[in-house]
Amino acid sequence: MYKTEIRGPLILGNKSLGQISEEITSPIYQRPKMWWLVGMGISSILMLLGFWAIYVTISTGIGTWGVNNTVGWGWAIINFVWWIGIGHAGTAFSIFLLILRQEWRSSINRAAEAMTVVAVGCAAIFPALHMGRIWDAFFILPYPNTRGPLWVNYNSPLFWDFIAISAYLLISASFWFLGMIPDFATIRDTSKSKIKRMVYGFFAMGWRGSSWEWKRYEGLAFVLGGIAAVLVVSVHSIVSTDFAVSVEPGWHTTLFPPYFVVGAIFSGFAMVMTLMVIIRKLYKLNDFITDRHLDNVAKILMFVSLIMGASYLTEIFIAWYSANEYELFTFFRNRLTGEYTIQFWIMFICNALVPQLMWFKKIRKNITAIFIISILINIGMWFERFNIVVTSLAKDYLPSAWVDYTPTFVEISVFLGTIGIFATGVLLFFRYIPMIAIHEVKMVNKLKVNKKR
Amino acid sequence: MEKYWRSLDEYKHGPDKKAEKVVEEEQKNLVLDLADEKITSANASRRDFLKLVGFSFATAAITSSCEKPVQKAIPYLVKPEEITPGKSSYYATSFYDGTEYCSVVAKVRDGRPIKIEANKLSPASPGGTSARVQASVLELYDQSRLKGPAKGTKSATWEEIDREVTEKLQEDTPGRKVLVTPTVISPSTRLIIDQLKGKYPDLEWVIYDEVSAGSIRKAHNMIFGKPVIPGCHFEDAEIIVSFDADFLGTWISPVEFSGGYARKREVSKDHAEMSKHIQFESGYSLTGSNADERHPVTPVESKAILSKLYNAIAVKKGVEQISEGKTSFDVAKIANALMEQQGKSILVSGSNDPQVQLMIAGLNVMLGNYGSTIDLTRHIKLKQGDDMAADQLVESLGKKEVSLLIMADVNPVYSHAGGADIADAIGNAGLSVYIGSGMNETAAACMYTAPDHHYLEAWGDAEPVKGTFSLQQPTIHPLYQTRAFQDSLLKWMEDEREYYQVLREAWKNKIYPLAGTGKEFEAWWNEQLQAGVFMVGGGPSAKGSPDLTVVNVNFPPVNDGMSLTLYSSVGLSDGRHANNPWLQELPDPVTKVCWDNYLSVSVTDAEEMGLSDEDVVQVAGVKVPVLIQPGQAKGTCSMAIGYGRTVAGKVGDHVGANAFRAVHHEKGFRNYTIEGVTLERTGEKYSLARTQTHHTMEDRPIVRETTLESYRKDPYSGNHFHLDAESHHDSLYPDTEFDGHHWGLAVDLNKCVGCNNCVVSCIAENNIATVGKEEVKNRRIMHWMRIDRYFSDNADNPKTFHQPVMCQHCDNAPCENVCPVAATMHSNEGLNQVAYIRCIGTKYCINNCPYRVRRFNWFKYVNNEKFNFHLNEESTKMVLNPDVTVRSRGVVEKCSFCVQRIQEKKLEAKLEDRQLEDGEVQPACVQSCPTNALVFGDMNKKDAKVTKLIKSERNYHLLEQLHTLPSVGYLTKVRNTEGGPDDQEEHHTVHHS
Repeated sequence: MYKTEIRGPLILGNKSLGQISEEITSPIYQRPKMWWLVGMGISSILMLLGFWAIYVTISTGIGTWGVNNTVGWGWAIINFVWWIGIGHAGTAFSIFLLILRQEWRSSINRAAEAMTVVAVGCAAIFPALHMGRIWDAFFILPYPNTRGPLWVNYNSPLFWDFIAISAYLLISASFWFLGMIPDFATIRDTSKSKIKRMVYGFFAMGWRGSSWEWKRYEGLAFVLGGIAAVLVVSVHSIVSTDFAVSVEPGWHTTLFPPYFVVGAIFSGFAMVMTLMVIIRKLYKLNDFITDRHLDNVAKILMFVSLIMGASYLTEIFIAWYSANEYELFTFFRNRLTGEYTIQFWIMFICNALVPQLMWFKKIRKNITAIFIISILINIGMWFERFNIVVTSLAKDYLPSAWVDYTPTFVEISVFLGTIGIFATGVLLFFRYIPMIAIHEVKMVNKLKVNKKR
Repeated sequence: MEKYWRSLDEYKHGPDKKAEKVVEEEQKNLVLDLADEKITSANASRRDFLKLVGFSFATAAITSSCEKPVQKAIPYLVKPEEITPGKSSYYATSFYDGTEYCSVVAKVRDGRPIKIEANKLSPASPGGTSARVQASVLELYDQSRLKGPAKGTKSATWEEIDREVTEKLQEDTPGRKVLVTPTVISPSTRLIIDQLKGKYPDLEWVIYDEVSAGSIRKAHNMIFGKPVIPGCHFEDAEIIVSFDADFLGTWISPVEFSGGYARKREVSKDHAEMSKHIQFESGYSLTGSNADERHPVTPVESKAILSKLYNAIAVKKGVEQISEGKTSFDVAKIANALMEQQGKSILVSGSNDPQVQLMIAGLNVMLGNYGSTIDLTRHIKLKQGDDMAADQLVESLGKKEVSLLIMADVNPVYSHAGGADIADAIGNAGLSVYIGSGMNETAAACMYTAPDHHYLEAWGDAEPVKGTFSLQQPTIHPLYQTRAFQDSLLKWMEDEREYYQVLREAWKNKIYPLAGTGKEFEAWWNEQLQAGVFMVGGGPSAKGSPDLTVVNVNFPPVNDGMSLTLYSSVGLSDGRHANNPWLQELPDPVTKVCWDNYLSVSVTDAEEMGLSDEDVVQVAGVKVPVLIQPGQAKGTCSMAIGYGRTVAGKVGDHVGANAFRAVHHEKGFRNYTIEGVTLERTGEKYSLARTQTHHTMEDRPIVRETTLESYRKDPYSGNHFHLDAESHHDSLYPDTEFDGHHWGLAVDLNKCVGCNNCVVSCIAENNIATVGKEEVKNRRIMHWMRIDRYFSDNADNPKTFHQPVMCQHCDNAPCENVCPVAATMHSNEGLNQVAYIRCIGTKYCINNCPYRVRRFNWFKYVNNEKFNFHLNEESTKMVLNPDVTVRSRGVVEKCSFCVQRIQEKKLEAKLEDRQLEDGEVQPACVQSCPTNALVFGDMNKKDAKVTKLIKSERNYHLLEQLHTLPSVGYLTKVRNTEGGPDDQEEHHTVHHS
């Protein structure tokens, strides 16, 4: 149980319930600020660039990318795994902290969940787009057909992957939407604009806030949360089997499922941190997202970073311990040293070393420092996926097939495009959806009022 | 209104409404007897009707507006007897392009030749072809071919050309009248040319070889009084010593030579014998890469070593010694070995220096090789060119002394050192006519072009070796307005006969009597047409005893600078095939570069000069990028001819640099070694497309080798790793059983010379796309079969390993279980199959194939302007094999073991109600392999050749430790060197990942 007298209040400023509603919903009623319009403009341009690149890819072929007959997967799959990792944070945040009864999560989980939905959407673009014949993508569905019937290959990790991601996207989106119903009702009831009343009213699905409704609401949230908790673990474990099931040196390891899940939570929390700092700054929500929130996330990052470091060292140790020459080559001559050494060390420093600075309270308290660290972690995590995907493929068993891999402009543009889509999605979320779960915050606010002396 | 009635009753009472209704109801039920009452009784309003009509129209409009290609299949009005649609016919014919001869079988499908197969019945080219021969079928459909008689760029009529030429021939003018041809090996054509010369005595005939071997003929003339190139029988030689002769790649008759060479390299437990091959050379040739001992030496030193060797043998034989060049090389060992194997060795040289060829011939005489490994009676009739006559012609062209010039299938404007001047000089001739099949620089310079047939369209014959006669028959009606070269000559000598008639008469009168058979000529002729080749005994041997006193050598002072060697590339030969995209994209067997030529420089020289790969330098007037080549002799550089064509067609124009411009003309011989060149840096960079960029095996057991000595002691030598891997093949799953066939392929790495024939054969059979230089650089070549080439660590003179790699058809294939849509799966005959129509292109299988043999269609390679090769033109698309799907964009493809051939033969056997015989099914690569290094068959049959090979001690599987259980087996490479093997497994322990 949360002890306010020991840990201090969760919501600062001794706000009344009305104040909370007002402050959180204010962006929805105000005219968009200049920075919002500028941000929207930039992200729309990026998004358009991405759409152009997607058009080129689909109309001309995967040949417009830098991948080749040896490195079959390049940036597309790196970005896919990266986005899926980021997309882990929201659900993981809500579910795990819910299970652990960490009430402080209330101020953050809405934004984290929104981030999840947008990031998983961005991630889903890549596996579809990297298919040679996207128009036949429906072959991956096990639908009844008259061709035999011809079924999918249940042995293939890509099929598991497809199922895992679609289930995760569905559950995350439902969970997110469910959490917003009471808040939509709040806006419906407070808005003076007829259109807003209608639109939010539609999404509020006739919420009246009766205790009967709250009971059902809690029940459903619990069920969805239970399902999502499993999915959080399964989705990235399954993404990792895309690699672990193969014969490639550096891919074929049993460490991958936990390593990927932890990595995903790591990158997701880092992204949450980045967004929280931005929201706090721009919307002046310091009372809701307090320094303590950031401190808590920083501590989690620091701890997860230790697990990441341990994973990296385990991989390297096992490569040496197995004495398998292909593994040895991949790790010692193609990652630690060799052509891809820079990428490896960026990964190692950003993920395993830099977050350790957060042992110091001074750094945890320095918003700029943790903001930079959170960005570095996401860069490091991108390079981790680069190391996995490219270094293993580029130099595997037969030296005759060894190649170099360089991405093309189109390939990079697709990535920039997904960043644009993500930013646009997040900006729209800031503008049209209460970015902090009002009803949940009110609950923890009450907790503080009760304990008041 | 008049009233009609059916009965009096009706007339009286009006129409019976009730009865009508019953009838109506019945009719309705008849139509809608399936519909229930509700529907039949429902009222359809006009609105419903309009809705329905509107919908039908809209559907019809939408579905019909999706344009479908109009396809017409027009049946034969009168079906030719030999054509069954969908079934191929095979015609034996002869490939001869002016430098290379090969007896082949053309596979004709629905009237179109689509594939060249080896003629297994031919003794002349023992059951194989070369890459050039394989690719020649594409040239038939080439759009750059000369399509009709023309004057300059305007079309002309045959009558016009015939009139002009005949007039000029009959005219009594002071100028020279010259017919220039490449070496003519066709007896009937020689007959026609002789008759032409008989009719017009002032007509001169000059034979021009783009790459000359005149010095061999001169040497033999001096020693034996017989200007011939002797036959070389590598299959009988215990020791082969070659000085710069690339006899497995391009020298004289490579298909024949590599066949013989490989026969002597076949090793088994019961027959642990093989020839020893010693190679002295400056560049790293395909032949050198197969040698047991290879010595990188400069051409000057090579000549000195040869003289030293000559003297070493001469001393022992009591023959007069010659002057000796300076070299520190100790020839004693080689000399002793040669003395031990007298009559069982062969020495060859690729040099065009008569002094060198004299020494070679002299050595072979002293060692008693003539009559055993070297055959003067059945001498080779290729390369009869006269360099001196050609040079004189060039001179008189410059002096405007030529009144009539007929150029038949020669291209001196491109291939002569002074080519640019020749182009202008041809304009000086009174009349110049070019006869030939393809467009080239010389044709462009001539006044008239009189197009010749492609060899697949024409009748003809050949006598490549004395006493071996080979027929050439048309396999398709001439595609364009072309006329056989021989027919043109007949026309010009006002002979009314057709060439076909002359050919038959010639065979009837000259060759048929040699057969001495009791058969009628007609029956005999048909037999020969079917077999393709007819052999009789050779001609007389040399007159008198050989005269070795003529062997005389001098060593001019060595110039400063480097020595440059020009060589024919395995793909393009002398440049006549430059417009062939298959050959342009064929990687060089040693350097793995395609789409360009380059200057190979040794590692030490490059270090000293500070050169790096792809630096552009100027050498002997040619601007060319540098390629640092391990094994290149220090102080030498080499460059391929055949590139730098300017009038070849859309593919071949401006690819690489023309190295012919550097050829040195000396004392009537074209010398392909140029001394004293310097490399001038231009500061530019030029990127080369390489299909392989990592050159060592990284100590991995990929190609396993042993030495003959160790092999004799232990047949498993070099291959202990295999036993280890086999003992670890434990699995939780039951082994897959193949109760019918279980196809397998064995690759004998000791017989494979790496000639690339299989690569092109595979391209032709399986409709493989050409992707162009940029895409090769992007590492997206589409070849299903590649020859991996590895160097050992010694950069000065590395050992080379060639390894053909195709889909291994693993019985536990990593690619199969990762495909999400089950597009790639295992057949019950052990084949790893791809259903292209099911493939969605996730590329996971590419990643998970440890052999990297799967290919992705990155772009649409058909009908795409950006890939303007053979798949972008209607005419060249005729070469496509209708049995193999042309893959669409976005699908993965790979070697199928030529499943279409397996199915074809299985069906044939089934119809004849019999079992398939061993060796009956032959994938394209296997069928045309000149060395029979590949053996395909059913591994379920105990006595099949492939089963025996795969069970032999030398067999191993590539990356077998991964438990992929490949159906392809490799047999260890055995080198005939002393000492133990570099036992690779010493460094390895077995790992299971």
